[in-house]
Amino acid sequence: MTELTTLTLAEARDRLRKKDLSSAELTAAHLTAIEKARSLNAFVLETPEIATEMAKASDARIAKGEGGPLEGIPLAIKDLFCTEGVRTTACSHILDNFVPTYESTVTSQLWRDGAVMLGKTNNDEFAMGSSNETSYFGPVQSPWRRKGSNTPLVPGGSSGGSAAAVAAQLCLGATATDTGGSIRQPAAFTGTVGIKPTYGRCSRWGIVAFASSLDQAGPMAKTVRDTAIMLRSMAGPDAKDTTCVDRPVPDYEAAVGRSVKGLRIGIPKEYRLDGMPAEIEKIWSQGCEWLKAAGAELVDVSLPHTKYALPAYYIVAPAEASSNLARYDGVRYGLRVEGRDITDMYEQTRAAGFGGEVRRRVMIGTYVLSAGYYDAYYLRAQKVRTLIKRDFEQCFAQGVHAMLTPATPSASFGVGEKGGADPVEMYLNDVFTVTVNMAGLPGIAVPAGSDAQGLPLGLQLIGRPFDEETLFALGDVIEQAAGRFVAQPWW
Amino acid sequence: MPVDAATVRRIAHLARIAVKDEEVEHLQGELNAILAFVEQLGEVDVEGVEPMTSVTPMAMKSRQDVVTDGDDPDAVMSNAPKSEDNFYLVPKVIE
Repeated sequence: MTELTTLTLAEARDRLRKKDLSSAELTAAHLTAIEKARSLNAFVLETPEIATEMAKASDARIAKGEGGPLEGIPLAIKDLFCTEGVRTTACSHILDNFVPTYESTVTSQLWRDGAVMLGKTNNDEFAMGSSNETSYFGPVQSPWRRKGSNTPLVPGGSSGGSAAAVAAQLCLGATATDTGGSIRQPAAFTGTVGIKPTYGRCSRWGIVAFASSLDQAGPMAKTVRDTAIMLRSMAGPDAKDTTCVDRPVPDYEAAVGRSVKGLRIGIPKEYRLDGMPAEIEKIWSQGCEWLKAAGAELVDVSLPHTKYALPAYYIVAPAEASSNLARYDGVRYGLRVEGRDITDMYEQTRAAGFGGEVRRRVMIGTYVLSAGYYDAYYLRAQKVRTLIKRDFEQCFAQGVHAMLTPATPSASFGVGEKGGADPVEMYLNDVFTVTVNMAGLPGIAVPAGSDAQGLPLGLQLIGRPFDEETLFALGDVIEQAAGRFVAQPWW
Repeated sequence: MPVDAATVRRIAHLARIAVKDEEVEHLQGELNAILAFVEQLGEVDVEGVEPMTSVTPMAMKSRQDVVTDGDDPDAVMSNAPKSEDNFYLVPKVIE
């Protein structure tokens, strides 16, 4: 049974289609693996009954010769996606009794296409964090450990539960969301593949909102091909989200294996940071060599406003968060703490319901939007954002098809190691990924090597708007050259 | 522009988050660390630059002005911490 969990999503799909395997068997194997891996804390809610029912229904459809593109495939769902009748908390105390009466568009499309829900995965509270340590349900342990060490490591964040679940082979793929790097950074930390599509590619309807102009859903899985298969089901027009574009969804899987000959790949010089570990430099050069060997042409490019992306993000994202999180008032849903009067009730509810990081960001957001500070902070940050986007547009206009950068400035770190004294230390994790959200572009993280301690490292490819296909083609080249990175079970 | 303790209390109240006296100093330090970090945006020349208002250039979609949902008070009220006869209950607002 255990070997079924080592299949890729594509392999499992092909065997299910050939009736060489049933979804019931496949799902049961994953449910057993989840149970054995509880020490990782990757799941905040397991839904074995739902999974078993859905698998049975999938097998019935397959037997009749029916079935969608994901028929019978067991997936994990980040706890930011509303699931009808299944508790959805965003890993916040303020929502820990919330049971949605509706289904997010993205998950409803996965179920439409036949996927099976295994449970809800852990994440940083309201997706605010880069290590999964801000979750109300406690940190997730990465399935990876340093050679010869038992130190618990973080899986990255905010989609840390999804990353750990994929890396520990507890599911064939997982949904995730990315506001500043929350898909790509945990993918890089756990040796998995994660893509943040272009802003507007996936509907945000039914996903707990953090920063609406930056949030975007995407898949995490074991291979580039698996993420391509999942994204096709997750993406697409939705009348319920006015920022979701009316563009047909291409067959992303067809782009995997496509030639990259003649593609022009930009290497942005601003991503070479002082004090960056030599190992990151090394995999970056290695990635360049692999793409060159596959026929791509490398060009040096400049994105001069790169260093301002992270500070601008820490104005824009908290501002939008302070507005989005105003809805948690103890009246319509979620936690309520009584007070002297209605204002005191709001204040006590939000003080008890929000964790430290969320409180910080809501307060920063409130401050930068407040009278007298709006122009100096928020308006200026939105202007800088225009400049960041323009940097990319100018490169693309010069014929660059995609860019190659490191995904993170370091490998995974220990639980409790970062951000204790200064919150900015943790924010720096997203220095290479946040530019992509600010410009609304697609970005994929693909594992490309390991550091001296045996921890995976990832590369990021950044694409033109709505050209996810080129990222899948290039990502596949890196994956073919680097091979896959599989954590050895200790749990 | 670092914030002082009084400003921290004012922001907390605007954000409707109760803050205990003993938390103010710590919060002030954290907020000032973030504000010091974003201060570098002051170096950027933004003269004549339009602020970003839309990530993807697209016309706002509009839909038919018809009722597409509703008439389901049980679903709407199902997560309310306190309700009575399909009304949300809040502490008395008008004296």
